[in-house]
Amino acid sequence: MHEMAICESIREILQEQARSAGFARVERVKLAIGALSGVEVEALRFGFDVVMRGSVAEGALLEIEEVVGTAWCMPCAASVAIAARYDGCPQCGSYQLQVTGGEEMTIREMEVV
Amino acid sequence: MCSVCGCGEGGAKLESGHHDHGHHHGHDHDHDHHHGHEHGHDHHHHQGDDLHYGEGPAGVSVAGMSQNRLIQIEADIMGKNARYAAANRDRFTVQGILALNLVSSPGSGKTTLLCKTLEVIGAEFPVAVIEGDQQTSADADRIRATGAPAIQINTGKGCHLDGHMVGHALDHLTPAEGSVLFIENVGNLVCPAAFDLGEGARVAILSVTEGEDKPLKYPDMFASADLVLVNKVDLLPYLDFDVEAAIANARRVNPRVRVIKVSARSGEGLGQWLDWLRAARAMALAARVPVEG
Repeated sequence: MHEMAICESIREILQEQARSAGFARVERVKLAIGALSGVEVEALRFGFDVVMRGSVAEGALLEIEEVVGTAWCMPCAASVAIAARYDGCPQCGSYQLQVTGGEEMTIREMEVV
Repeated sequence: MCSVCGCGEGGAKLESGHHDHGHHHGHDHDHDHHHGHEHGHDHHHHQGDDLHYGEGPAGVSVAGMSQNRLIQIEADIMGKNARYAAANRDRFTVQGILALNLVSSPGSGKTTLLCKTLEVIGAEFPVAVIEGDQQTSADADRIRATGAPAIQINTGKGCHLDGHMVGHALDHLTPAEGSVLFIENVGNLVCPAAFDLGEGARVAILSVTEGEDKPLKYPDMFASADLVLVNKVDLLPYLDFDVEAAIANARRVNPRVRVIKVSARSGEGLGQWLDWLRAARAMALAARVPVEG
């Protein structure tokens, strides 16, 4: 999608955090990326190293926790796991699904020096 | 690189058309180079002859432990765009403006459909247009020819509009209270999906010269749409495009989405689309929250 833009946002957040929380370098960043967030994790990894150059997170280790997609199936009245938005309910095959999780794009934690 | 869109050098540019001022829109770029001496392992600082163990980031020294700290933040990566979008949305709510984010692939007939729409509803209530394209002000010129005020945003290398660009365009365009603001996004079914502009509704345009599987190929866009306009339906007799399959695919990723079949050329379905617009505008006006005092 626009993984470089996302990396730029991460960089900006880390720079702000470095100022406010008073640290000099980020050694490790842990992100939570939902399966339905539209983010291509491999593209994000590729962009991360390039974009972090010259920032507090230059050379930082990137950890990505991939969060599974979940949806509420109306016919089943149950929460089910889905891998993509066009997936049907794994139990009944219906597309009457309301996505309930797996859309997140967050920085969970970071290890700083 | 632009810190907002990240898509390349050369920031977004606004072209108002009323006066010659290509407004180069530079974002702040952080280039803080840290020449830190921290090494991520246990160490202490010398000051003169004294030894200080409490000046590392942890503020305390524990033998065998590194001075690294773990910070848990749960920061939303899209938080900055979300804040700009929220500011735009507040502005729309206060002024009773219906803002529509028009998204589609290039060549879906967005601008032609928009011109036809403006010709009719421009006579009924105030309208304004923000045109997003990588380059040229050709589309804004076409819009202005209908009499509607328009501002062009050139995103440069950027592939989408974001909340910040739209907020800036609003400062220049100043749409009237109770107006309908059309924001024609960059022709792209991928990136604009993730960027909230503060719009009241997102309208995806899919033309019948494209594939009926587009909603499945670009599910994020169709999942976030409130209305899908299937455009160029006058061409259906000449094509193998299966409209019902396209609509079923859109509903598969977005069960609640509304669909209207239109043709900007023949006028088919335009009445329905205009009725939808009038109703949506009436709701935006009814929900208006004027500033007190």
